[in-house]
Formats: sequence, C-alpha cells, structure tokens
Amino acid sequence: MASHESTYRPTSNISKWLDARLPVQRMMHGQFVDFPTPRNINYLWTTGGLLTFFLAVQIVTGIVLAMHYMPSAADAFNSVEHIRRNVNYGWLIRNIHAVGASFFFLAVYIHIARGLYYGSYKAPREVLWILGVVIFLLMMATAFMGYSLPWGQMSFWAVTVITNLFSSIDSIIPGLGTRIVQWLWGGYAVSGTTLNRFYALHYLLPFVIVGVVGLHIWALHVVGQNNPTGLDIKSPSDTVPMAPYAVMKDVFALSVFVLLFAWFVFYLPDYLGHPDNYIEANPLSTPPHIVPEWYFLPYYAILRAIPDKLMGVIAMFSSILLLIFVPWLDTSRVRSTKYRPVYKWFFWLFVFTVVALGYLGSKPAEGVYVQWARVFTAYYFIHLLVVLPIVGVMETAKPLPRSIAESVLGSPAAAPKHR
Amino acid sequence: MTTPNRAKIGAASLLLASALAAGSAAWAAGGEPVHIDRQKWSFSGYLGKFDEAQLQRGFKVYVETCARCHGLKRIAFRNLVQPGGPSFPEAAVKSLAGTYKVDAEPNDQGKILKRPAILVDYLPSPYKNEQEARAALNGALPPDLSLIAKARGIESHAPFYLVPKNMLVDIATGYQEGGPDYIYAYLTGFKEPPAGTKVPDGMNYNRAFASPHMTAMPNPFAGGDGFVKYDDATPATVDNYARDVTAFLAWTADPRLEERKRLGLLVTIYLLITAVLLYLAKRRIWAKAH
Repeated sequence: MASHESTYRPTSNISKWLDARLPVQRMMHGQFVDFPTPRNINYLWTTGGLLTFFLAVQIVTGIVLAMHYMPSAADAFNSVEHIRRNVNYGWLIRNIHAVGASFFFLAVYIHIARGLYYGSYKAPREVLWILGVVIFLLMMATAFMGYSLPWGQMSFWAVTVITNLFSSIDSIIPGLGTRIVQWLWGGYAVSGTTLNRFYALHYLLPFVIVGVVGLHIWALHVVGQNNPTGLDIKSPSDTVPMAPYAVMKDVFALSVFVLLFAWFVFYLPDYLGHPDNYIEANPLSTPPHIVPEWYFLPYYAILRAIPDKLMGVIAMFSSILLLIFVPWLDTSRVRSTKYRPVYKWFFWLFVFTVVALGYLGSKPAEGVYVQWARVFTAYYFIHLLVVLPIVGVMETAKPLPRSIAESVLGSPAAAPKHR
Repeated sequence: MTTPNRAKIGAASLLLASALAAGSAAWAAGGEPVHIDRQKWSFSGYLGKFDEAQLQRGFKVYVETCARCHGLKRIAFRNLVQPGGPSFPEAAVKSLAGTYKVDAEPNDQGKILKRPAILVDYLPSPYKNEQEARAALNGALPPDLSLIAKARGIESHAPFYLVPKNMLVDIATGYQEGGPDYIYAYLTGFKEPPAGTKVPDGMNYNRAFASPHMTAMPNPFAGGDGFVKYDDATPATVDNYARDVTAFLAWTADPRLEERKRLGLLVTIYLLITAVLLYLAKRRIWAKAH
C-alpha cells in the first residue's frame, strides 16, 4: 500500500506550477481519491469518517461557544443560560456541542468494537491501534474537562470525585496524592481556579487530538485498511478506489448517523444529560448520587467494584491502558473473528460485559449492583489477559477465503474491471 | 458486498448498550421509589407547542402563589412578550413591569434609588439573598424557578430487562417532560400522611417528594379551587393551577422550545430526503463494482 502512487495529473498551468513546488493536491488525490480500499468493507468501516466529522463539529461549535462562554465560578452557569436564551441560535450550537460529545463517543465505541472484532490491531497495524487508544484517552480527558464547564451540580461533583481519585496515591507515598490533587485543583478545593484551567485545557486538547488523528490516518494509509475477512490485499481486484466507492458509502452512512444525531439535538437535547446539571454548582450541597456521563459509566462501575480505593483507581485506568497491549495479547493467527468459531462467543460476552458494566455504573454502589459489577469487572480483565492469549492458541479457525475478491465475488476471475 | 450479520448485530447491540447506559444514568435518588405518572402536555412530542392561554394562566398562578417565596430571575419582562411564550400584549407587560420597583443606576450623589421596572429588567426575586430568604422562612431556601422544569426528572424503576424497550420508546417519542411531570405530581402531591407517619414541625407531607416524603414547602394551593381567578373560561381548579403553572415553568426553563421543534422538523425531513438520495447514489455507484 505504501508503494501506491498517486494517479494525479495536473491539468491547469497553476496546478502544474504548484505540483512542482508543493504537491499537496497530488498527495490528497493519492490518499483520498484513488487510494485502494478493500472492496468488501462493510458499514462499520464508515465510523472513521464519522469520527472525523464529529471532531470537526465539536471544534467549530466549541469555538463559537467560547465566544459567549465565561469561565469563572460566578459566571459560567449564567453564561450557558445566556447562550441558551439570548444568543441567536445559541440553543442550537450548545445542543450540538453537548449531544455531539455523546455521539462522538457512540461512534468511537462502534469503531473500537469493529477493530476488536476484525482483529484490526494485529500486525502490521499495532501502531495504528495504539494511536487510536491515545486518541480515545485524549477524548476522555477532553470530555471530562468539557463536562465541568457548565458548572452545574453534576459538573462540580464529578470533578470533585474524579480529581479526588489521585489522593489514593497517599496510601503508597503519604502526602503525594494530596499534593497532586491540590496541584490539579489549584487550591484546597474545586473552585473557579480549577474551572479556568480545565477550560484552557478543554480548548487545547482537541487540537492535540487533531494532530494524533493525523498520525492515525497516516499510519492507516501506510498499512492500508483491514477488512471483514482480515485478509491482506493481494491483487488490484481486491480493491476499489476510495472515490467514489468508499466515499459514497461514507457519506450515506454519515447522513443516517446525522439524522439520529439531529433527532437528539432537536427533540432529546437533555436525554443524555442529568437534571442536576441544571442546578448551579453548590459546594455545600452534595447530590444523592453522583454519576458521570453515560460514556464513562463502565469505567466508573469498575472503579466502584473494587473495595480498595487505590486498587479501584488502578483497575479503572488499566482497563483502558490494557487495550494498548491487545495486539500482543491476542495470539490468534487469524485476524477476523468471522473465522474464529470459539473466540466469537467470548467477543460477544465481552461486549455484553461492557454494556452490563455501563448499566451497573449508573446504579447506586450497593448490594447486588456491586456484586454483579465485580463479576463483570473480573470478566473484563479475564477476557483481555486470559481469553485472548489462550483461545488464540487453542482454537482451530474456519477455512479462510483465498482472497478478498473471492469472498465477495465468488472467484477472483469474475472481478469486473473498474479502472 | 456481503455484510456479515454478526457485524450488524454487533453494531446494533453497541448502540443499544450505549443508549441503555445513558437512559439508566438519568438519575436515581435514595429511599423507596416514588411513582410519578406521566401527563399529557401540549409542548411534548415533535410537534409540541406551548398553549399561549395556558402560559398566561400559569403566569397568573405563579405571580399570585409561587412568587411570594420563589424568584424567576432568568426571565425578563420582555420575555413575556416574545413569541413562543405567553406572548402577552406589550402594553400590558409594560404597565405590569411598572408596578415592580428595581434598583436604579447610581445617581450623581452615588445613591442607588428605586425606579419602576421596564421591559428589559429581569423579574425581581422576593428575597435579596439566601440569608434573607432563610431568615424569613424558618431556615428553608425556596429555589429560583427559572430552570426548575429542567432541574427535576422522574426516576425509572423498571427492571433492567425492560430498560432497553423503555428507552427506545422514549427516544422514538422524544420524551423530555420528566421535569414537568414531576412538578405537577409535586404540586398535587400534598396529601394527608399515611397513618402513623409523624410530620415534624415546619415540614409537610408530599407523596411525590423523595422518601421520606417531607418537604419544607407548604401546599401552595391550600386555598382550594377558585382562590386564583382565571380570566378565561377555564375552570379555576387546583388541578388546573398545577397544570398551568407547570406549563409556564416548562416555558421559563426552555423558552426556545417552539423554535427548536419547528427547526427540528425541517432538519429531520431534509436529512431523510438526503439520506434516501445518497443511498440511491451509493447503490448506483456500487452496482458497477459488484
């Protein structure tokens, strides 16, 4: 794939002149127009485009909101209300940004699950996968800090609970955890100072994400896309040019996803939020149940499942950091779970586990909820640390098709000429 | 193009998963569950609109009952004139504003005197600050009501296996009226406590309030039917007071609701047509490849 040459032919004098000096059009043409994409990729492969779209939407709406938002403990909540009530289409921009964060995560979870199912992390895509985990972590940090900005009750108390986790380090080095927490807060409690720094970082991190997304796409275009068979591209008949084939499919999938997104923006803008966040932050009044946004619930359940605070924090962070090692934890020689009769059951059990943890994370940390959270937390780690290595060695894969083209068209000879 | 069925199921279950987590996150309070009935509201659903006359009646109920203790600080007099709300005639709101006194700009002696309110002023709150309210009300703090309809919700007590179905129904119908449903239940929830329940001094029994159902707020409609006079033919009953003031508070919490739903319908129709056209284009293009 790396050897793929752009078929770009400059036609006008200006484009010839530019092509000899900065061949940016040649590069774009090669990477996004005639780039060879596997002809069998399904709709799950449209999530990358969706994510790029949502990153752009979040940045554009975020910049507009920043023009009206005031990051101070006294003004933050009021300025959000000002945006909702008085700014022209402020309610729309704000709904798009708030609901957009949720849909960004919805798309990224589908994207990650697709990668896990089709073995898209396996050689030679390890770096691509690790960059993805880095983006995921950056997204989580950005979303967490963004959620603090409306300065409602849930904003305030979520920041208090999550930043306080670092104080658990006190149980290893007494005093260190407390110092870290004070350093994060910029004081002895969550305050306007904390809000100011979170705002600064919330504005910065999306541009870091843009940079890492650039590397992610670069790495993707070096090794090429995986596909539902998990087979490598062997001949031109295995591929179609990105434009118009993959592009058209991406645009259609985008329109459907945006339709669902618009439904939430216009008709269910508060469905994914929490009523308490319409109450201005009050350090003297703790809400009865502090819950994070839905996309953090599985990790929150893992945190609370473990009785020891420090171990809970370690388990929560390692549940995500472990994903970095998945390319080496999975010992199977077959990429796609489609051809792995034993592993596919474990895969769906893993998906169910994450969903169940999400449900349990929304419930009070007591009684039967904690017990089930422990069971599913255990399986989360068993899946990554035990099932992935062992099943890969023991399982006999189903016979693979000889090529991508054969899997789609029956025989490679039947591949129509399209260039 | 063979799309594996399992991949489809995978995507669907992931969607469901995230939606499930989201719905169930929507708040849980301590104590025994309180069941709150859902009401019919003119502003619910994707074609919902406020009923102007109802908002006008609700404003009257607010002024004559709630406003004694509760502020409405995010609403300016001009908002009462704007379309998509109670839409009172401008002259009526101007003369109403004139009956309220607000702080004037400092005069040339630096003194802050009072002046009659004008359209751009916000509704004055009954108490200057939290301390004054608590001192006057036996230590209780009546919340500002501007956002109360968004700041309250109703809990779902459905068993976990019904959660996905309930969520899909709420998503499909665009259910966002948990706050108004709760407020209506609360306003009509002042009942005789069950036998054996001790109600402490200064507290009131309300069956909609979270367990143990004790609230500092007394029944605002203790005066019974007829104590707020309606200017239209609507029966002046406690049930209507509760409904009308709840609808009014739904508007104060979301004054752009009508604009939002109107634009939402156009956007949805536009995107539906676009999606169909894009699908046809996609099929035509891929027909050459497979």
